[in-house]
Amino acid sequence: MNGLNMNSFKKATRPKEDDFAGFSCNIPQLITYRINQFNGFFFETKDSSLAINNGTIVCSMEAAKQKYSSILEEKNIKDLSLYEEGLFIYVPKNAQIDLPLQILDVIKAEDSILINSKSVIIIGENSKLKLICCDDTVNDKSSISENTLQIFLEDNSSLEYYKMENINNSSSIFTQTNFILASNASLTTFWLSINGGNIRNSLNVSFEGEHSKAELYGLYLADRDQKVLNEVSVTHNRPNCNSAQLYKGILDDSAEAEFKGHIHVGKNAYLTEATQNNKNILLTDKARVNTQPFLEIYNDDVKCSHGATIGQLDQSAMFYMRSRGITERSAKMLLMYAFCNEVLSKASLQELKDKLQDIIKRRLHGELTSCENCVLVCNNPCESMDVDITKIN
Amino acid sequence: MSLLEIRNLHASINGKEILKGVDLTINKGEVHAVMGPNGNGKSTLASVIAGKDNFEVTQGEIIYQGKNLFDLSIDQRAAEGIFLGFQYPVEIPGVSISNFMKTAINEQRKYKGLDPIPTFEFMKLMEEKKKIVELDSKLANRSVNEGFSGGEKKKNEIFQMAMLNPTLSILDETDSGLDIDALRIVAAGVNALRSKENSTILITHYQRLLDYIVPDFVHVLYEGKIVKTGPKELALELEEKGYEWLKYE
Repeated sequence: MNGLNMNSFKKATRPKEDDFAGFSCNIPQLITYRINQFNGFFFETKDSSLAINNGTIVCSMEAAKQKYSSILEEKNIKDLSLYEEGLFIYVPKNAQIDLPLQILDVIKAEDSILINSKSVIIIGENSKLKLICCDDTVNDKSSISENTLQIFLEDNSSLEYYKMENINNSSSIFTQTNFILASNASLTTFWLSINGGNIRNSLNVSFEGEHSKAELYGLYLADRDQKVLNEVSVTHNRPNCNSAQLYKGILDDSAEAEFKGHIHVGKNAYLTEATQNNKNILLTDKARVNTQPFLEIYNDDVKCSHGATIGQLDQSAMFYMRSRGITERSAKMLLMYAFCNEVLSKASLQELKDKLQDIIKRRLHGELTSCENCVLVCNNPCESMDVDITKIN
Repeated sequence: MSLLEIRNLHASINGKEILKGVDLTINKGEVHAVMGPNGNGKSTLASVIAGKDNFEVTQGEIIYQGKNLFDLSIDQRAAEGIFLGFQYPVEIPGVSISNFMKTAINEQRKYKGLDPIPTFEFMKLMEEKKKIVELDSKLANRSVNEGFSGGEKKKNEIFQMAMLNPTLSILDETDSGLDIDALRIVAAGVNALRSKENSTILITHYQRLLDYIVPDFVHVLYEGKIVKTGPKELALELEEKGYEWLKYE
């Protein structure tokens, strides 16, 4: 495994405020409430105090342990002492947040650092939240980032969660995210692993109420010797819930990916509808995918399906396109982009979708730099370039 | 100078020889029908001209507008004005027809050293050409051929041909799977695009299509060779006597 010699990594310490002065990220045309996290530490900004007058709380976990311990206890969150860095977001009942929240998780290491953050997000009854979470490294130093996130969706609440992982080649990111859904809750997640040396995502969805649904989308692009693992586990223990998983990936060079999907349908979970789909394209002989779709069903009255494909670009489509005058390179691009767009097109935030489509196009062109590593337009001066020249022409 | 000249063309697939010495000359403005029973090399001939690379050309040459066709890649041939209408058009999920066409036009223009087509001009062209084959406007925003009926797929082929304005069109079994109304529309589209400057090769094994698109020449491709060439009346004779008749000729 890449860069997992823990001894050589130092635990991140709280950066100075001015370390990140002037850092800003924008998604053109999309206004968001900005929440800044640097090396896992929450930084208070004008936005994060949230000019939302509906009682939404955004603060560090440290502060939450003191001020909001009753909420944390109610959610039965144990081992609070382990929660040092990380975020606490609480959306009260019946709250509509007019703009999406955007968490910028910036990693800037002088040295090899180890970041460990644990966060909690609670979305109250009848509330809606759109959350964009961007993990970006802003230089080419190595880092390991471990993020644990607990997200609670109360009755009738909804969450759209966009996660963009875009870190340099010598960095690793390990995420563990648990979504706990009460009744009539609606969850949509987009998990985009755009770049990174070693990415491991573990996502768990647990239905604890009825009539809730979860749509889980994932897209991973890996080249060189990058590694991406997605573990998606959905537990249906209550009746009448729906879940759908669609994870897609393109692998170039000698990249490796793994998809482990698990749907568990318990004895009482009648009328469950659950699907799972993983599709992969391998561009070279050396690229590898290991996919393990897995269903575990203990109830007869359910509709479940799973599927996995691994293939190359469709040669008959290539010939068809080229016979219209489209060059081989462009035809490949169109096919790869269309493949990715099946996931991207599901995003409901139009401005974000436009930006993501642009990022994916550039990624497929091999244009990504460590500065543009930043998923969003980054105004930081570019400190080093990390362009894969072989993919540009 | 003729537009296309095929001389002694031999081609095989997986070591099996399909074309066994085809000779064919096509001049500007002509429509040629290539007929013959299934499995005798008609589609192979179309694929070899378009440049499909799972065929191996073992002998012979194809000269197109003075150029050796085998020196050009598939997309270069298209940019030089060769169009293949597919017998089985390919579905491309996620790529809209308008995006597909715009890319194709712009790449062809790039090959010719031209700037990309302005968006409004492209939109105008789309509107104009959709009418030729009565292509439903809604289809243009859908993915290429995805979920299209047989008739819609064939209309879409002719629509693309109209958009790209080729010099040499090869229509491979364009009539297969068409009901009579769709056939009429497709044929009217082909006729509307006929001019003194461009030529068409119609590949078919039924005479039916030739009632609508009247060819200048009819060729019979049989066992990998063109065994007979005649005027349009030859098609009728074939219809009447069947391909068996050729064996005794």
